[in-house]
Amino acid sequence: MTQLDYILQQIVNAVSLGSLYALVAVGLSIVFGVLKLTNFAHGDVMMVGAFGVALLVGIGVPFPVAVICGIAAAAVAGFLIERIAYRPIRDAPDVARLLTSLAVTYIIENVGILVFTSSPRNFPLPDILNTSWEMSNGAITFTSINLLTIALTFVSLLLLGWFITRTTTGLGMRAAAEDMSAAHLVGLNVNRLIIVAFIVASAYAGLAGILWAAQAGVVQPQMGFTPLLKAFVAAIIGGFGSIAGALVGGYILGALEIFIVAFLPSSVSSYRDAIVFAVLIAFLLVRPGGLLQPNREIKL
Amino acid sequence: MSREARITLLVLVALVAGAAVAFGAPHVLSDYFVRIILLIALNAILVLALSLSNGFTGVFSLGHVGFIGAGAYISGILSIPVQQKMALLPHLPTFLHAFSLPFLPATLVAGLLTALLAVVVGYPLMRLSGYFVSVATMGFLIIVNVVLINASDFTRGARTFTGVPLETTLPWVMGWLAITVFVLARLVYSPFGRAMKAVRDDTIAASAVGIGVLRTRLIAFVIGAFFSGVGGSLYAHYLGSFSPNTFYFALTMSLITMLVLGGMGSLTGAVVGVICVSLLSEVLRSVERGFTIGDFAVPALFGASQIVLGFIFILVMIFRPKGIMGDRELTFGLTQRSATVNQTEERKR
Repeated sequence: MTQLDYILQQIVNAVSLGSLYALVAVGLSIVFGVLKLTNFAHGDVMMVGAFGVALLVGIGVPFPVAVICGIAAAAVAGFLIERIAYRPIRDAPDVARLLTSLAVTYIIENVGILVFTSSPRNFPLPDILNTSWEMSNGAITFTSINLLTIALTFVSLLLLGWFITRTTTGLGMRAAAEDMSAAHLVGLNVNRLIIVAFIVASAYAGLAGILWAAQAGVVQPQMGFTPLLKAFVAAIIGGFGSIAGALVGGYILGALEIFIVAFLPSSVSSYRDAIVFAVLIAFLLVRPGGLLQPNREIKL
Repeated sequence: MSREARITLLVLVALVAGAAVAFGAPHVLSDYFVRIILLIALNAILVLALSLSNGFTGVFSLGHVGFIGAGAYISGILSIPVQQKMALLPHLPTFLHAFSLPFLPATLVAGLLTALLAVVVGYPLMRLSGYFVSVATMGFLIIVNVVLINASDFTRGARTFTGVPLETTLPWVMGWLAITVFVLARLVYSPFGRAMKAVRDDTIAASAVGIGVLRTRLIAFVIGAFFSGVGGSLYAHYLGSFSPNTFYFALTMSLITMLVLGGMGSLTGAVVGVICVSLLSEVLRSVERGFTIGDFAVPALFGASQIVLGFIFILVMIFRPKGIMGDRELTFGLTQRSATVNQTEERKR
């Protein structure tokens, strides 16, 4: 294996991981953009999507149908969370809403453990998606699910771009993100926009959860927590609340993580997560608006 | 009776009652109830330490459990008996192998080193507000966890850290609780305490009247971290063995629930929150083991108590966001000024 092949392999891995982070971070950013809510429960919506697929395939539903149902289940979960837990405290301070979302996470994960136990279950992946591909005589390998992750991220984000720039609802969501009360004043139905934002964000979380489980091969009630924390970092690196920022942040974080492990000695790379969160703290301190919103002011 | 005399009386009564519980309870109550009282007092120290920055200064830290973990490990490393140290932690630096500290000095060193860590961490982080500081301190918690898992020469890594002498008895915890309450009450109801609340309520107005926002926040953060470290040491000597994940999100969530439920701007509120949540989870824990009513058997539902606590948390957030006590203190009316003083103050206004 040549040096170049090794680097190319790491780039493939980084793009694949970055796509997943970008998908999760985009959902976080949609919700944060509209509501200024740091939504911890987003990771559990991922879990709902992945478990939905695992359970449906388990009772004999074809995989593609199960995926669509899983995404739908995630969207419904997001809608319910907004309706039950977040709407009553919409005017509460930032921190109170952040804590509420932590409590929602706590509830969903414990319900998951109660119903499914905390031991991981197999995620049923059709053989077509499990085949690996080789390039330059086996020096670079990737599986179909890697390719599918990258392709689906690309397509779904194009779709999102079309939605928020070309449809009335999408434009309304951006208006609400800019200034909620002004959006209300010009006659937009803010409640409806927030619901749409949650449903769209949760559908993305569902898709991300399914892809995450497909790459990991297992589902588990607490599976959403780690990707959620990483997606936070990605979203803040890019600029929290900005969809383009989430995308940029996701790929930067994916590359950072893969390259730390690939190119640094193991005595350093075992501290990967510490480095990642140190980067998060550095961004919060030096550039709280992230890469794409450099001018956002920080309140003392 | 003058106000000062009544406050002195209140403090004396509290001290006598605390001492009576500390030394009397083990003779009267079963081990199970003594353990519950001990855990309540221990959690009260941890929640009070948390309330200083999160409640009174308005810097909502999600990272205090990182300080608790640091305190637990520091105190554990210092106080494992010398003979066992070689076997359990063979790669420690030699100067740490040479000695082992008794409980009290180990706890003090743990508290001081944790406070030092808080100075280093807090100096940059206290510039942040709102959810920024929550997310940043959460990042600190994760970093502490990663370091505890990877610094295996000191912590045995993800494996259980064991061999810490079981020295945390009820009198020790009650003693430390008394010190914590005393220091925090002196601090919170002093001019500096007013500065803390001013920083919390309106940062701009506070700095406009000359209060150093960063300084105030940092002092509250560091003192809270000192008591978190002390509490961590007590925790370590209570458990005897623990792992990095003992001091992670589950403990964070449980302490925050206690603080928010009790009321974030009140010392007695923090204690009330601890008592409510602790008693409630004891009851729920015995319920979730399963029971029978007549012919109807309720199966064991492990984890159900956590779910109930989560729902209570959300309900408090929705219907009583200031918690049970809000920012009032439970003083049985003994600290109020006499009616005549109140009237003169009214007239001045």
